[in-house]
Amino acid sequence: MSAPESNTGPGPEPTSGQEGRLDPGTAEELEQERAREAGGAAVAPAADTESRLAKGLQQAMSSNWTVSAGAVLLAVLAGSIMIAFTDEEVKEASAYFFARPQDTLVALGQAIGGAYSALFRGSVVNVQAPDFVTAIRPLTETLSYATPLIAAGLGVALAFRAGLFNIGGQGQMLMAAAAAGWVGFGISGVPFPLHLLMAVVAGVAAGALWAGLAGLLKARTGAHEVIVTIMLNYVAFYLIAYLLATPGLLQAPGSSNPKTPPTPESAQLPPLLGERFNLTWGFVLAVLAVVGVWWLLNRSSVGFSYRAVGENPRAARVAGIDTGRATVSSMLVSGGLVGLAGVSQVLGGVTTGFSSDIDAGIGFDAITVALLGGSNPWGVLAAGILFGAFKAGGTTMQAAEGVPSDIVLVVQSLIVLFIAAPPLVRAIFRLPDPTRRRAPKKPKATRNRKEAAA
Amino acid sequence: MSADHKTTQLDAPLSETTRTVTLVTWKTVGVLLVVTVLYALLLIAVPHSGDTRFLLSQRSDFFQIPVIVVPAAPFAWACGAVMLAVTAVAVVLTARGRRTPLWLVVIYSLAGLAGFLAWAGAGSPRDLSIVGLLGGAVLWSVPFVYGALGGVIGERSGVVNIAIEAQLLGAAFTAAIVSSITNSAFAGLFAAVFAGALVALVLGLFAITYHVNQVIVGVVLNVLVVGLTSFLYSQVLVPSAETLNSTTRFASIPIPVLSDIPVLGPVLFDQPLPIYLMFIAVPTVWYTLNRTRWGLRLRAVGEHPKAADTVGIDVVRTRYNAVLVAGAVAGLGGAFYTTVYLSQFGENMTGGAGYIALAAVIFGKWDPIRSAFAGLLFGFASNLQNVLSVVGSPVPSQFMLMVPYVVTLLAVAGLVGRSRPPAASGEPYIKG
Repeated sequence: MSAPESNTGPGPEPTSGQEGRLDPGTAEELEQERAREAGGAAVAPAADTESRLAKGLQQAMSSNWTVSAGAVLLAVLAGSIMIAFTDEEVKEASAYFFARPQDTLVALGQAIGGAYSALFRGSVVNVQAPDFVTAIRPLTETLSYATPLIAAGLGVALAFRAGLFNIGGQGQMLMAAAAAGWVGFGISGVPFPLHLLMAVVAGVAAGALWAGLAGLLKARTGAHEVIVTIMLNYVAFYLIAYLLATPGLLQAPGSSNPKTPPTPESAQLPPLLGERFNLTWGFVLAVLAVVGVWWLLNRSSVGFSYRAVGENPRAARVAGIDTGRATVSSMLVSGGLVGLAGVSQVLGGVTTGFSSDIDAGIGFDAITVALLGGSNPWGVLAAGILFGAFKAGGTTMQAAEGVPSDIVLVVQSLIVLFIAAPPLVRAIFRLPDPTRRRAPKKPKATRNRKEAAA
Repeated sequence: MSADHKTTQLDAPLSETTRTVTLVTWKTVGVLLVVTVLYALLLIAVPHSGDTRFLLSQRSDFFQIPVIVVPAAPFAWACGAVMLAVTAVAVVLTARGRRTPLWLVVIYSLAGLAGFLAWAGAGSPRDLSIVGLLGGAVLWSVPFVYGALGGVIGERSGVVNIAIEAQLLGAAFTAAIVSSITNSAFAGLFAAVFAGALVALVLGLFAITYHVNQVIVGVVLNVLVVGLTSFLYSQVLVPSAETLNSTTRFASIPIPVLSDIPVLGPVLFDQPLPIYLMFIAVPTVWYTLNRTRWGLRLRAVGEHPKAADTVGIDVVRTRYNAVLVAGAVAGLGGAFYTTVYLSQFGENMTGGAGYIALAAVIFGKWDPIRSAFAGLLFGFASNLQNVLSVVGSPVPSQFMLMVPYVVTLLAVAGLVGRSRPPAASGEPYIKG
């Protein structure tokens, strides 16, 4: 008696009404909403990850900037404490803290201020620079560090949206780097733009195929993509190690080191701002990829099928979507994007020849970038640039102030943690809780309760 | 009359289809076939002549087994024949709609392994030590097994524990410092347990109390702990390495009589304490999860927190307990690195072991015992390179190193298949 009543009641109504106001993709969103409801309580956890992710990040994004600022402040504070505890001068001064406390404070200020100003100098603008070019150089460094992070982050994010956890970034980058590198130095006599294009295509295709293999195994046999991608990382690593150690394959001729010959100029990504900066056209490719992924996810039917499968595979199947195909193709695209990261490394970042550590941990960093960016292309762009800034700044900080760049990892991860938990930040800073004023939370909760009861 | 006829007609094909869908799967057969063909291709493509010497005994054994010398090529082909026979049996069984029993797969795997080792060691003057092969596998599996147990406990309570890597690394770091200061491996082990639980507490705080996505928390914690330990390593441990980073390790404790059994003795009963603890931990976790009230509640919270809450189980508290225990168990695995394996901490020394443990959890279908065996398999894989490098590998070593991971891929695809995690795994519980 009460069940049908509440079904037509306040449950889904406000949600759909609100979405109607939001954007032109309403029809899709509505369909998705219906798909979600059709699935009912029997939702697979993989799919749930995404919806919770979306919810959590929606929360994070829509919450006022004070929370984000608070998160950054907390993380920076934690970093400061770490610097303070390990700085030699602070240690010396604190030995006579009660005699002359101001010495300790000055030392603290110098250590922490020095570290963070070096971080800023290394990532945004070098205020000590004699001329303009040197001054803005750090910004371009940030963008060139960000390039592979954005590309790989997009790949991981896209897989997340399709309900897949792609931990195989390392393997996909290695395969892409090997393919692009081989086309680069293995084929000669091709003029510049064509040679570059061939290398990029080869790399992206290699990354796509390596991830597509994982997608195929998942779709055909149900093998969990987490295991498959991790195992493929190892397989790729050893395969590349073999290719690098074998003369005539990837190894530089006349050398016994496991290292490739340098990438010839005709296959290199040209510099974007002239020879004086390291920034290459790879960054433009990454930004184009952001636009492409945004279009794919939000404006194309293929992307819609990815999101539907990610939200609720059963409902998607009922709605006539070939989930297996969506799994394989989303992994292909995801791997291609991660492959682009490998390509930008080989053809742009490290053109003097590479070894089996060319992935530089970007495959794993990309997971954090994707999560911080909310699995949303523009968010990934912003998160990638932020992480690029941290990488660029961390190097300067280590060189100038002797503070290990590992501290950047700590600050980075704390920022992500705090941004993901607004209630904690609010509790610490005693900020008002805005959730009471927000309408959409309530109906969702009611519906969940109904589902669980049914 | 006609109505009766209709129902029978309808019934028959219906039951037939359900039977074929649920029972018959050609995946296993497919994988067995693929592996057999690959194996045969390997033997044909890279033929080896000569003998392989399998060393089974150690000098201290109860009684000595002589070194077994087999002609490599015929032995490898014989093993291949066994594999082919098993595959044929599997084909027949599957055609009759029956499942391939596990023991057949085990026979198949053992034959394949023996043949592969014989082929790999052919013509080598060195003995291929079976004890080294298996003992090393047990030793190397320690972080995977403990990590997998931690993962299983966490996920069965509904909290995805991707932070295994962080727990291992944090525990290894803490164990290194404490064991160096106190000169006691035991103190290091205890400290490792606390460090693992501390990481788990942070995971719990964010994942359970603040409902942050558990995958995010896990991944981020892994990065956080790498950053923290590397920072402290370079700033604190390196400057005073002698006092803070030279640990006391656990010595092997041979169990009287049992350790003298050939092969099994040195492999299982002549190991350091954390490994004996592991032998106890695996069945204990299984028993606790499946046969105690605490375990029942834990699983209930992981499968259907709402229902558990309705009958009066405190979901949040149960999950916190589970996550803390999971972290403590994973911490034991972390202690392996600095109190058993090496006597010092190194930057990022776990090197992704936590992710492998995660794979073991899924491979073992969220069951403690199966996950432990999966961990053992990965331990075997990690150790294989050591053994083969002693023998001198005939094909490029990189391919030998790749084999275990390829086999895992095939096994996951063919034998395990679709795995179903606990229903509420990864889902924060919001009361009301």
